[in-house]
Amino acid sequence: MEGNMSLSLKVWRQSNKETAGGFENYKLDSVSPDMSFLEMFDVLNEQLIEEGKEPVAFDHDCREGICGSCSMYINGRPHGPLRGVTVCQLHMRSFNDGDTIVVEPWRAQAFPVIKDLVVDRDAFDRVVSAGGFISVNTGNAQDANSLPIPKEAADDAFSAAACIGCGACVAACKNASAMLFVSAKISQLALLPQGQAERSIRAEKMVAQMDAEGFGACTNTGACSAECPKEISMENIARMNREYIGAKFSSSAV
Amino acid sequence: MSWFSQTLTSSIGKKLLMALTGLFLISFLVIHATINAMIFYNDGGETFTHWGHFMGTNPIIRTLEIVLVAGFLIHIADGLILWKNNREARPIGYAVNNRSANSTWYSRSMGLLGTLLLIFLVIHTAHFWIPNRSNQFATGEELNLYQMMLDIFQNIWVVLIYVGGCISLFWHLLHGFKSAFQSLGWNHVKYNGIISFVGTAFSIVIPLLFALMPISMYLGWVK
Repeated sequence: MEGNMSLSLKVWRQSNKETAGGFENYKLDSVSPDMSFLEMFDVLNEQLIEEGKEPVAFDHDCREGICGSCSMYINGRPHGPLRGVTVCQLHMRSFNDGDTIVVEPWRAQAFPVIKDLVVDRDAFDRVVSAGGFISVNTGNAQDANSLPIPKEAADDAFSAAACIGCGACVAACKNASAMLFVSAKISQLALLPQGQAERSIRAEKMVAQMDAEGFGACTNTGACSAECPKEISMENIARMNREYIGAKFSSSAV
Repeated sequence: MSWFSQTLTSSIGKKLLMALTGLFLISFLVIHATINAMIFYNDGGETFTHWGHFMGTNPIIRTLEIVLVAGFLIHIADGLILWKNNREARPIGYAVNNRSANSTWYSRSMGLLGTLLLIFLVIHTAHFWIPNRSNQFATGEELNLYQMMLDIFQNIWVVLIYVGGCISLFWHLLHGFKSAFQSLGWNHVKYNGIISFVGTAFSIVIPLLFALMPISMYLGWVK
């Protein structure tokens, strides 16, 4: 069709955690500029299957930017060249006919490659399990108006809760630090009355788990926030630092 | 591990130490630059030597000097530990990485800039602080630091190394000043503007003032 593009792809292929991987080159003709980046990969995989080759493994689920599954490092940036979008929301019109596109998995000690572009992000789940929850007794939900919450606090908590846990922050950070993710998960609860009961133990345990997983520390470069598809603010990292240091110096947990 | 050492060895604790020692070293820079700027009175070093003598002999200042050395050592050691930890967090790097799209080069190069500053610090203390203090311990007499400056800064290579040190300091401070407040959790809509403004102004004024000292002496503006 007219207006369709020809692309060269350089994609990271790796059979499993144990084996070493490498780049494979692929050619795609007639890529519609209206395809999403993942649809372009679907086309590539169909082509590979027809050729009797192993398709490229990549994570995807909702394809509408809310699940946090997709995780591709495209031309040196997580989720590709656009700001505030996931790979599934990136369309081929953001590229030009004849481009070579390099696609790599997230790179971090804590995110080992499972296969090709799929990485194991269980480390995030373990950080959340360590304290990213509230205890709610059973029974009927109480009237919403019985808990006064300032509009600003609700807005900030909501902005933090927009984090989809995709791991782009870790991928973008020069230290593979998970601080933007962990700070968002700490903030969304610390800002609300429901989160107060476990507030200090939450900060202590989640940060301890984050460190145990082997993520790096924060250099405040701001790369995480700039690449975050949900544009989570660096204010959350400052809040986490306050929560953690405050908890460490004042909680009764020795 | 006690809660205290647990805190200081955590990723956030290490950054807390970097921020606190960094701000302490920034406060030292204010004093150092102010007293050294006395050479610009151009009075043959009279005012400079007066204050240099106070700093070199006052018992409170001499005690704080031990804290200052500790501050430098903690900042350097903690920085090296963080650098090692952060490298280990990504054993396999990216083949293609477009970092300039999301962050400034100097914010990503604090370790490199810090290493350049450490090399400069060794050269600088070997020029002035170490010989002066050694002499004080040996004979109880202070050296004529003003005359030493005039002599040392006649060498163009030394002047260039000092200017290079000041340029490294500028970039290190430009990120470090603001970064310290973020690490301390001081990110607030009421204060972000002033922190950013003071941080940038400080990063320009202090290194510029320092750089002017060897330059002025080399060019004979200060005699």
